[in-house]
Amino acid sequence: MGWPVFGRHRIRATQFSMSIPAILASTYIISILGLFVFIASLRKGGTQSRPDGGNVIFEPGEIGTVEDPSLDRPGRRALQDSLSATDGTGADPNARTDMSVRIEGDRSSRGVALALWGSATFWLLVGSIFGLISSIKLHHPDWLVNEAWLTFGRTRIVHLNAVAYGWTAMAALATATWMLPRLLRTPLRGAGFSYLGTVLWNIGLAAGLIYIATSGNEALEWLEIPWRIGVLFAIGGALIGVPLLKMLPRARVDHLYVSVWYIGAALFWFPILYLVAKMPGLHTGIEYATMNWWYGHNVLGYFFTPMALAAVYYLVPKVIGRPIRSYDLSLLGFWTLAFFYGQVGAHHLIGGPVPSWLVTLSIVQSVMMVIPVIAFSVNQHQTMRGHFGALAHSQVLRFVLFGAVMYTVSSVQGSMQALRFINNTTHFTHFTVAHAHLGMYGFVAMVLFGAAYFIMPRVLDVEWPRPRLISLHFYLVVGGFAVYLMLLSVGGWLQGTALLDASRPFIDSVTVTWPYLQGRSLGGLLMTLGHFVFAWHLCLMIGARLGLSRRRAVKPLPLSEI
Amino acid sequence: MDNAYRLIAGALTTMALATSAMVVLPYTEVHRLKAPEGLQPYSASELRGRQQYINLGCMTCHSQQPRGTESGVDGSRGWGRPSVPEDYVHDAPPLLGTMRTGPDLFNIGSRQPSIDWHLGHLYQPRAYVPGSNMPAFPFLFEHKAQAGEGERLVSLPEGAAPRTGVVVARPEALDLVNYLLALDRTYPAPQQ
Repeated sequence: MGWPVFGRHRIRATQFSMSIPAILASTYIISILGLFVFIASLRKGGTQSRPDGGNVIFEPGEIGTVEDPSLDRPGRRALQDSLSATDGTGADPNARTDMSVRIEGDRSSRGVALALWGSATFWLLVGSIFGLISSIKLHHPDWLVNEAWLTFGRTRIVHLNAVAYGWTAMAALATATWMLPRLLRTPLRGAGFSYLGTVLWNIGLAAGLIYIATSGNEALEWLEIPWRIGVLFAIGGALIGVPLLKMLPRARVDHLYVSVWYIGAALFWFPILYLVAKMPGLHTGIEYATMNWWYGHNVLGYFFTPMALAAVYYLVPKVIGRPIRSYDLSLLGFWTLAFFYGQVGAHHLIGGPVPSWLVTLSIVQSVMMVIPVIAFSVNQHQTMRGHFGALAHSQVLRFVLFGAVMYTVSSVQGSMQALRFINNTTHFTHFTVAHAHLGMYGFVAMVLFGAAYFIMPRVLDVEWPRPRLISLHFYLVVGGFAVYLMLLSVGGWLQGTALLDASRPFIDSVTVTWPYLQGRSLGGLLMTLGHFVFAWHLCLMIGARLGLSRRRAVKPLPLSEI
Repeated sequence: MDNAYRLIAGALTTMALATSAMVVLPYTEVHRLKAPEGLQPYSASELRGRQQYINLGCMTCHSQQPRGTESGVDGSRGWGRPSVPEDYVHDAPPLLGTMRTGPDLFNIGSRQPSIDWHLGHLYQPRAYVPGSNMPAFPFLFEHKAQAGEGERLVSLPEGAAPRTGVVVARPEALDLVNYLLALDRTYPAPQQ
């Protein structure tokens, strides 16, 4: 015990005690101030506070007219009649709305949209199969153990990467790319960049999954694919974002609709996130862990969530033919999400060996996330109020609204889970896995399914060949998801309770979950069946487009048809 | 396109805030940490074992971060004192994990120092822990008529052993077990 040792510790302690309040206060206050400055500057500009801002996604005279391309002509009429009956503001039957801009826009994006949707659907099946295998292995641990590539630790990581980067990301990029020409009222430009990006993304994913299954991974959740392969995601994602930059100067709208904000920010955020996270030689020690959850939570908050919200903000008003109720509220939701969501990730490290100020900051911001979530939920509810009858007619609306409600549920649940006394029980358990599926599946995937049913008839110019398969898909995945979520949440909570009870041996926390894990496999099986129904239906539709359908002629759906 | 610039400025600001709070500041706090006395660097075999641990996805189910009494009962389970950033200076990246489908392994080397136990447990976990749902790893072993020279025989409990012949550990299994035995942070935590 000499002076140097004592001195060193004293200096460290002083630095630490000074830095905690300073850092906490500054980051938090900068967030809040920044938020107000932004909202103020937007209002001052006079271009954003516009109660009628939500009208920009409708052509002149179109408000009041429903749009659901997944419906046949009688279905559309029934949807239109049900909405007109509730508020009496039906479309003017004599108005001839000029749809040429939209038709031109839809034509311009169909190739890219088809490439991305096709890829996404393929990876959805791959990811589902690996998810199901992983799930079964948790209660049949001696099943398929003779090959390293089929061991649980690998199938589970393949599942995550296939559904996250294969299905969700590419379906989100497909939806965004397809929506942009409509949102900006100008044809898609730079489609070549999108095609190249799609190819690179697919190559990166295929190589990454093969690497994980056969060789190894980088030991960071959501970042398991090595940077030499994963860099293709950053490049591919950036390339798919190029058309937006090329279209913006040619946009024929007087302001950017809220969906463009979400899409633009997400396309900008993702490559930065990925490049910083995977930069070789940049990270060290425990900072790897904080960086991991900075990335792991921001790929949700800064990429998947805004992409799905952009789709909800477009599809719900379009299906019911009424603009979003409060346009200003939707922008407040955007900026609060941008400012608060970025710092929530360290709630994955509560109680862990990381600076305590960081964990506190993340807990605070996690709770602040209630603001954008409420802003979104209230807005959607207000928009839908009086029009819920449309759910009886529009399958697209069922998927999208189910997803929107799950966004609220999963976000509120996430804020609660960040509180220490709840986190102590749920962390390290299957409850967290259930929560992750609530967000990524219940919310994002369901919205994207809805988007697919809306978009594909426009892309392929034909109706969905068997509308009943859409219902079957919906009930299979909703039923399976309900089983999955409820059983795994209960099982995870019991697991957490057992873990916290020192009088019970550890193995109790395992055995208590067995029946719930078996039930979860049943839920996962139903979801997987639903995905095969979806993929099969898409194949039938493409077959119909190519004239391969032998059963019956499928009715074309000309773009000119509203 | 005033809006577009605002959007990019805003997106950059929020991203910068998040990155400074969660990447830059933690980096400045931990990048100079020294290894505590009592923490040895990994040997070549242990490092290979660590790679096995990563490649087989062990961290999908096992954490490496015992916690204090305010976050649970890890201490009473014998999982060790709460871990501190200095414990991870040789780990790039640290394998903290987010699941405890299995127990925390940060001090498994001190809790279970038997090579035979670990080898047998990897071969068939349920022969040692009834009710466990850990996968068996038979591909880390070889089943043969008799052990060759220098090969490590795995002694298995009644019922888990094949009827005929013997089970020997492949080098990967031995590396993995060496790594597990090296997971031992029972030295006192460096004073903060």
